[in-house]
Amino acid sequence: MTRTAVATTRLTKSYGEFEAVRGLDLTVEGGETFGFLGPNGAGKSTTISMLCTLVTPTGGTASVAGHDIVRERDEVRRNIGLVFQDTTLDGYLTAEQNLRLHAGLYGVPKSELGDRLRQVLDMVGLWDRRGSKVNTFSGGMKRRLEIGRGLLHSPRVLFLDEPTVGLDPQTRSSIWAYIRELKQAEDITIFLTTHYMDEAENCDRIAIMDHGRIIALDTPEALKASVGKDRVRIDTDDNEKAIALLAERFGLEATASEGAVTFFVEQGEKFVPTLFGEFPLPIRAVNVARPSLDDVFMSYTGKTMRDAEATAGQRGRDTMAKFRGVRR
Amino acid sequence: MTAVQTAPVPRIRVPRRSVAGELRAIKIVWQRELIRFFSDRLRILTSLVQPFLFLFVLGTGLSQLTSGGTGGLSLRTFLYPGILAMAVLFTAMASAASIVWDREFGFLREMLVAPVRRSSIVIGKCAGGATVAAFQGVIVIAIAGLVGVPYAPDLVLGVFGIQLLLAFTITAFGVMMSARIKQMQSFMALTQMLILPLYFLSGAVFPASNLPTWLAVLNRIDPLAYAVDPIRRIVFSHLTLAPAVRQRLDAGMTWGSWRVPTLLEVGVVAAIGAVLLAVAIAEFSKTD
Repeated sequence: MTRTAVATTRLTKSYGEFEAVRGLDLTVEGGETFGFLGPNGAGKSTTISMLCTLVTPTGGTASVAGHDIVRERDEVRRNIGLVFQDTTLDGYLTAEQNLRLHAGLYGVPKSELGDRLRQVLDMVGLWDRRGSKVNTFSGGMKRRLEIGRGLLHSPRVLFLDEPTVGLDPQTRSSIWAYIRELKQAEDITIFLTTHYMDEAENCDRIAIMDHGRIIALDTPEALKASVGKDRVRIDTDDNEKAIALLAERFGLEATASEGAVTFFVEQGEKFVPTLFGEFPLPIRAVNVARPSLDDVFMSYTGKTMRDAEATAGQRGRDTMAKFRGVRR
Repeated sequence: MTAVQTAPVPRIRVPRRSVAGELRAIKIVWQRELIRFFSDRLRILTSLVQPFLFLFVLGTGLSQLTSGGTGGLSLRTFLYPGILAMAVLFTAMASAASIVWDREFGFLREMLVAPVRRSSIVIGKCAGGATVAAFQGVIVIAIAGLVGVPYAPDLVLGVFGIQLLLAFTITAFGVMMSARIKQMQSFMALTQMLILPLYFLSGAVFPASNLPTWLAVLNRIDPLAYAVDPIRRIVFSHLTLAPAVRQRLDAGMTWGSWRVPTLLEVGVVAAIGAVLLAVAIAEFSKTD
């Protein structure tokens, strides 16, 4: 299956003066797992909302499963499945009632519903709990049920907006196991957003987003290779001075973030002895790492994801979560 | 993990939009209201507390002061038609509030992204609220005997019909408001602010005749008055009363000196309901 699943041309959304998404161009092929990575407030959710026809773009065009998101809204809706950041289940109903309600809204034929219900509930491991009220479910179970529900009507494209946000690490990795499994079972394109770097590595391709723009788009491996160099972090008594000295002595461009000095250098292990030999300031700790996607983000934006979130939203991740909780 | 993929299920094909599909969506949304209402027995009970409190506590207590004023009619019997409207008013408002909860708990989005018209969702919601509220109304109809009102078939059906219409109109009002008011606290504050004035001005607790002008005017513009009056007419038509007492307690809705016919009153409630429903649909059909 090589049909185009999602295509956007100069897709833009502004709220008054504020441009949430600025001229997005991207193409996602059928069968791909495509990830949107970026800090809160980068425009990921706004983009997904536009592709899901919940928000009307203010500029540009986009198509999902071959249908225009503005002119063929219904066609798009019939062909997509959605899992939102915040749960959209009815907690007072049972798991099965939630799925049947969804099937009714999407017009899943009655003759096929029974088998399909069993199939998706098996896939997300909730068949045994189908008769329980959703209120009694843990966060991970709710998320799995939502993924199952999103798949019920066999969508071409499944949108997952922060599928693992607010879950503990163990549950997060089990959700990913389910997502990988469903990729095997279903002929489907997955389009997801995340601000967890490690999760983005599960994707075939990643678009890194910041301030409403895509700043890099490639496979995780290629993105990391583009950084090329290893990341070295050092702890000193005077970070300002250390940055100046690194530039002066080694011609390295270093930045201070999260209380340490970070710079990129080829063959980091070999550079460390040289650094210790020639650096005039005492170094209290050193850390060398292969480039991660976080480093990719940093090499493109000059800041870490966490810094970007602190400045982008003028509030930390926690208050963001609280804010979202109210706004729902 | 249970990977049972032995017999592959054919890919589900979501059908194109159709009238049947929209009707099914209305039914689904309506059904959900019923499932939720009947699984919440506490809500059924608590929403009956207020009508019963008005009828038996207030009705019994105040009758010591007013026995002369009602011309021998029990105050409870006089209050009964107003209580029939009240049961519906409170429950329908609570049903409309559920769409605000749906927004806060996210379920509204599940409905809004479905490939169905927004109007189907709004109609289903209003029909669900009306059904649930009318069910509460039936409970209050059922106690007619306790306040000396006979169980005549035309009385039961007539009252039930008006209750259903009133419930639909109030739910439509609530759903319309919920398109704008997105937080439960604000919605609650608003309904609290509206419900009692609407109720008191409607003439549910006193006869709407011989009122001072300012109160008479407010009574005439209170939509609820156009539901309370016909209910009272139907109930009182089955009571044996001296003409003077009937004239004082059941003078009926007048515009100037013209007594508004029952059908027109019902028409007013229906028209308001239809307008509110149309506005609610328009509000929910907007996208950012």
